[in-house]
Amino acid sequence: MSKVPYEVYTEDVEALSVLSPDGEVINKDKMPTLTDDQLKEIMYRMVFTRTWDDRAVNLGRQGRLGFYAPVSGQEATMIGSEFALEKEDFVCPGYRDIPQLVWHGLPLYQAFLYSRGHQHGGQIPDGVNVLMPQIIIGAQILHATGIAMGFKLKKQKSVAITYTGDGGSSEGDFYEGLNFAGRFKLPVIFFVQNNGYAITTPFAKQTAAKSIAHKAIAAGIPGVKVDGMDIFAVIRAVQEAAERGRNGEGATLIEAVTYRFRPHSLSDDASKYRSKEEEGQWNEKDPIARLAKYLEKKGLWTEEDTLRVREEAKATVNEQIKKAEQTEKMTISGLIDTMFEVTPKHLEEQKADFE
Amino acid sequence: MAQMNMKEAIRDAMRVELNRDPNVLIFGEDVGNVGGVFRVTEGLQKDFGEDRVFDTPLAESAIGGLAVGLGIQGFRPIAEIQFIGFIFEALDQIVIQAARMRWRSGGKYNAPIVFRTPFGGGVKAAELHTDSLEGLIAQSPGIKVVIPSNPYDAKGLLIASIRDNDPVFFMEHLNLYHAFRAEVPEGEYTVELGKANVVREGSDVTIVTYGLMVHTAVKAAEQLEKEGIKVEVIDLRTVSPIDIDTVMESVKKTNRVIVLQEAQKSAGVAAEVIAQINEKGILHLEAPVLRIAGPDTIYPFAQIEDTWLPNPARIIAGVKKVLDF
Repeated sequence: MSKVPYEVYTEDVEALSVLSPDGEVINKDKMPTLTDDQLKEIMYRMVFTRTWDDRAVNLGRQGRLGFYAPVSGQEATMIGSEFALEKEDFVCPGYRDIPQLVWHGLPLYQAFLYSRGHQHGGQIPDGVNVLMPQIIIGAQILHATGIAMGFKLKKQKSVAITYTGDGGSSEGDFYEGLNFAGRFKLPVIFFVQNNGYAITTPFAKQTAAKSIAHKAIAAGIPGVKVDGMDIFAVIRAVQEAAERGRNGEGATLIEAVTYRFRPHSLSDDASKYRSKEEEGQWNEKDPIARLAKYLEKKGLWTEEDTLRVREEAKATVNEQIKKAEQTEKMTISGLIDTMFEVTPKHLEEQKADFE
Repeated sequence: MAQMNMKEAIRDAMRVELNRDPNVLIFGEDVGNVGGVFRVTEGLQKDFGEDRVFDTPLAESAIGGLAVGLGIQGFRPIAEIQFIGFIFEALDQIVIQAARMRWRSGGKYNAPIVFRTPFGGGVKAAELHTDSLEGLIAQSPGIKVVIPSNPYDAKGLLIASIRDNDPVFFMEHLNLYHAFRAEVPEGEYTVELGKANVVREGSDVTIVTYGLMVHTAVKAAEQLEKEGIKVEVIDLRTVSPIDIDTVMESVKKTNRVIVLQEAQKSAGVAAEVIAQINEKGILHLEAPVLRIAGPDTIYPFAQIEDTWLPNPARIIAGVKKVLDF
């Protein structure tokens, strides 16, 4: 019996890589243009973020933070993607994407307050174009799509970027967002940090697609894959996607293949679903070590610089967590007053029960 | 003054607001070129262009999420969910995202969105086109639920909803779109959200209701009047929040109450009205407050929906029961 002929796009998508694990630029054409100061700034942010993550895990164990999703290993995707944006661009994060918010302008103590379940964490300062971290895995993808439509309607040459993980790419909202962005040609960047695991479910059990980048095909937008441990590849891909958006060429899906060195959150044990061997292999691709090698060769960074930034980060985290802890506690009245612009009578009555 | 049916009044409200505020946008499935499956938005795309009134791909969650994103950008979206049964696909964006935007951002962001959707039985529509899901939305904090019963209110309530800086879930009863015409003022006017209307005054029994059931209640009241029973009918107009003050004024006068809703009986708006009457003044009651509602089944197929829906006979029996208590 002859088979029904069919054709499916099955070609592999090669990940963009610019910097080798040894710190050599292996793809000069795709190397982003960065000044020495910018290179040092990027390194500073990565080291700072790693130290803050170390501290945050400890603070979480001490009960001084609430929900916290560790970020170590993903510094290149987080810091690189944000660094490629302008201040006017809008960041729509998932729950792990706190570094992007902070480097885009959210004060660190407010990020801590958000983790501690305090409303003030979400009172984003004026001029900081970010949303609060999203808990519903795909919801922010649609918000970014709407924000991008807003830019388009206002004829403002800005882009919205939204983050989710490999698990998030299975959500209905992911497909709906990509499809809307394709249909309306919106300046939005869908940035998937594929860290290999949705909590404990490995990528192989997440999808039969060859890559997440392939999923862009169905929405009629470009999909690219980058080495997410390579900050230059990330910066380059986001810069190109942002340029497309600003030029009215529409949306881009970026899949960045990365790894979280720690568990999904402070309440799960990664050793139950990952091998030491696998973790070791990814440690060798550490995005910070990789950039450090490159910068050291250029004479822009030394081990002393790393130690200095670590100390600075520790001091800043200590100061900011104290500020968060000293922020006045929320009240039920305060909660009620932020339900509506004008508090309805029945809520005023309920408020009185707590005063 | 123009004579309009409810559909025309709703369209007129959107036209007034599209004219007045360049940030008002209308979108949803099929709302553009043809003006929606019920032609409620007919002609608006032609007059205001495809940037202001546009069709979206078929995806309810994205329609809701697009509205949230545009709201953050300073627009005032009117997002149409084509039929009530499809809101489940968008429920996250409506009650989790839009309804808590102000709260979770500590007042920094808001979601000035109107989610419009047709609903309501008695029209022999397909499954999941007619269900009364107002109780579900009303239970969600942070969003108002508005259900007009006539063209005048529909226009005024919709304009007020569009101007509201918080999300409003605006439900349009299918059986009222073309039911009758009434005088509707031209230009802009608002009917305050959260304010009930005493549709018919009476001294013996109060019927609290909303939507199509206002008309069913009035029919029952007219028949009862022939027997000398004077029924007061209150149209809630907004089922979240409930205007309990207007209800209580009536309760103090009549001391007997029936709450009438098309939705299934349990855990809905009627239950909430009764709970609030108890809290505010149980001692004004001469009889237990009765609920007349649909039975707690899945909304029926078209064949028996006329029996399933509350009708004047059931209301009359209920009124007599509270009078004879």
